[in-house]
Amino acid sequence: MPPLHRPTAALVGNPNTGKTTLFNALSGLRQRVGNYPGVTVETKKGQMCCGGQTFDVIDLPGTYSLAPRSPDEMVAVDVVLGCQKGEARPDVVVSIVDASNLDRNLYLTTQTLELGVPVVVALNMVDVAESQGIRIDADRLGRQLGVTVVPIQANKGKGLDVLRGAIAGAVIDRKTPKGPPFPEAFEREVEALHEVVGRDTPDFLVRRLLLDVGGYTEKRMVDRLGPDVAERVRSGRARLASAGCPAPAVEARTRYSWIRQATAGCVQRPDKRVVTWTDRIDKVLTHKVWGTLVFLVVMFVVFESIFTVADPLMKGIDHGKDWLTDGLRGLMPAGPLTGLLLDGVLGGVGTVLVFIPQILILFGFIAVLEDCGYMARAAFLMDKLMSRCGLSGKSFIPMLSSVACAIPGIMAARVIENRRDRLTTILTAPLMSCSARLPVYVLLIGAFLSPPRFPIWTPGLVMFLMYCIGLVVAPLVALALKRTLLRGETPAFVMEMPLYKVPSLRTVVRRMVDSGWAFVFRAGTLILASMVLVWALMYFPRVEPDGRLYDEHYAQLRKTSEEMRDGAGESPTREQQEAIEKTENDANTLQGEWQRQSVLGRMGQAIEPEVRPLGWDWRIGMAALASFPAREVVVGTLGVIYNEGQVDPDEVQHAEHVGDTRLARAMQQATWDGTDRKVYTAPVALSLMVFFALCCQCASTLAVMRRETRSWGWPAFTFTYMTVLAYVGALAVYQIGSLF
Amino acid sequence: MATPSLDQLQRGRRARITRIDGDDSLVQRLMEMGLLEGEEVEVVGFAPMGDPMEVRLGDYRLSLRRVEAARVHVEPL
Repeated sequence: MPPLHRPTAALVGNPNTGKTTLFNALSGLRQRVGNYPGVTVETKKGQMCCGGQTFDVIDLPGTYSLAPRSPDEMVAVDVVLGCQKGEARPDVVVSIVDASNLDRNLYLTTQTLELGVPVVVALNMVDVAESQGIRIDADRLGRQLGVTVVPIQANKGKGLDVLRGAIAGAVIDRKTPKGPPFPEAFEREVEALHEVVGRDTPDFLVRRLLLDVGGYTEKRMVDRLGPDVAERVRSGRARLASAGCPAPAVEARTRYSWIRQATAGCVQRPDKRVVTWTDRIDKVLTHKVWGTLVFLVVMFVVFESIFTVADPLMKGIDHGKDWLTDGLRGLMPAGPLTGLLLDGVLGGVGTVLVFIPQILILFGFIAVLEDCGYMARAAFLMDKLMSRCGLSGKSFIPMLSSVACAIPGIMAARVIENRRDRLTTILTAPLMSCSARLPVYVLLIGAFLSPPRFPIWTPGLVMFLMYCIGLVVAPLVALALKRTLLRGETPAFVMEMPLYKVPSLRTVVRRMVDSGWAFVFRAGTLILASMVLVWALMYFPRVEPDGRLYDEHYAQLRKTSEEMRDGAGESPTREQQEAIEKTENDANTLQGEWQRQSVLGRMGQAIEPEVRPLGWDWRIGMAALASFPAREVVVGTLGVIYNEGQVDPDEVQHAEHVGDTRLARAMQQATWDGTDRKVYTAPVALSLMVFFALCCQCASTLAVMRRETRSWGWPAFTFTYMTVLAYVGALAVYQIGSLF
Repeated sequence: MATPSLDQLQRGRRARITRIDGDDSLVQRLMEMGLLEGEEVEVVGFAPMGDPMEVRLGDYRLSLRRVEAARVHVEPL
């Protein structure tokens, strides 16, 4: 009798076995992502049709074993046991194995045989196995394992119909397989322990409790039932050890010897091992010299593509937004609604969209590197270096991405299985000098740290040092975090180096699109909110002392100056030119005044005592506050504050002589209110740059962090520690710099 | 009698695993990945700074840190 409810199939398998490809092939586009409370692991759910019935499919994270060592890994076990709240117990487990790697893959399969649900084995990559001379008799293997084994090639779609039939059949038959027989001594201890923890605990968990020394099952049991349990487990293990079957070794021995028996006669291997393409390629790629060289070239290509491909696209989006905003502004009356729509909402949307090219490109590269198998080699090459910062080689690519932009870097940190390592990587990624800091550096270096006042090599050196600040501080902070807040056992690095394969375009594109969407929807809302907030703080109050509205007055002045320009035509007379410039200056002055008395301006003035030790006056403080949503905003804000209007950071960055731009000149002339003393000296410029190097003025980064860590606490912590670091850094630089 | 450990072998050497020290989660992980007594391994190489190392085990390759490989005692073949 087929089950009446919609049956669920759970997909388990080692990483690199094509599980995701199989999941995509089975469920097509009908997928959604599921979140479980308290853990950062995401499971993908989809639907498929087997034997005329619709099934739910859950894609569990790739793992080598169902021995949970963390809350994340526990979720997968809970789901297959049906203990996870809100999840139905799966009716069938599909264990996907890599035919070219059968023995080790079957380890996980033997664990699934003990779950008490029907199991179907999907024998994937039979073509790869055959190219190595390995031939597998799937039917015989199935008989010896006690389950149906279906050969498939997920990437080519072969065998999937047979698999679907087998899945439907397994649910109807309801035959629960049996796992390998453990020694009697072990079974006795399991029985005894089962009594202690209660009969309602699944058998599988009791076995895990006994076998996983220092595992998560034990921790959870002790939390629930008290330290007595730990004592019983300990004595149980001691008895097992004296009986000659110590935990955890007894598990591996039992499983692998059973696997050897089960595969005997089913697997034909060539007498001499076939040298694979992977062997040949790895000779170069993991070579001390050549490997490192290739690695550097690959990293360089990734970066170059960001600057050459992403940049033009980003400028395009920026200009598109500006064009739209300016166009609409001409059509709509001046007022808060218009301001909200154009500066707040459109500005916010623009900021979100501008990140997309960078994110897509970086993610595309990361997906290609992962799919083809090179990621593991990169982690291998970089592990020693990363270990010095308390991390592992797997953190390298995320950290490196962050030198271009922390957002893809933080999202890429998902590949790091260990929670503490992943968190440390995420929390220090924003310190890596991202490209948004460039406009600030260029402006300040160009205006205050260039010839003729300074030697010709100064701009280059200072720029280099600014980049270095992040690259040096990030590892130090990582080390500090791993020694204090995120202290814990060093996770095992043992990592499989998968066979190289040609990356699948479909997989890569899918991952790019998934991460792009994820960014836009999850992070986008927060970014938008912060842009609207900053807009509001700079807009209100909006009434001039004489009762006029700043907004309308400003719009009027701009309209007048534009009309004057149009009227003057190609070659205006001197009087006309002077009149136009006067009107424009009036407009800019008015805008400056408006901003100064706004809430944000008043906040800037209020914090002036706090920023004076950094050498800043309230204008700089206000610009720093205004740039919270995005660092580049600081250039535009400085422009407004110094009555030069909204300066385009792009123009500044690419100006021939930055020091000659109007904004730079204005800043060079700026003095402290009521005195003749210049605000911007070299130490002040340096302190401002150091502040921006170390601060976290990027709502987008914090938004993505919130999504990846599933908490508000970590982004808040990051913002706080980075602001403190930035303040202290800027303070030190200014105070020490002023001594010279 | 001190038997050599995996991290002490040179590139290209083959050996059979005789025992694995300890019973903690690292050992469990090593065993899950197939490093068991009686298994044959071949040292493929070392990373630029000497760590981690790469070994071949049957049909696949593993990389692990030297401090992890030090738990695996072997008998050179």
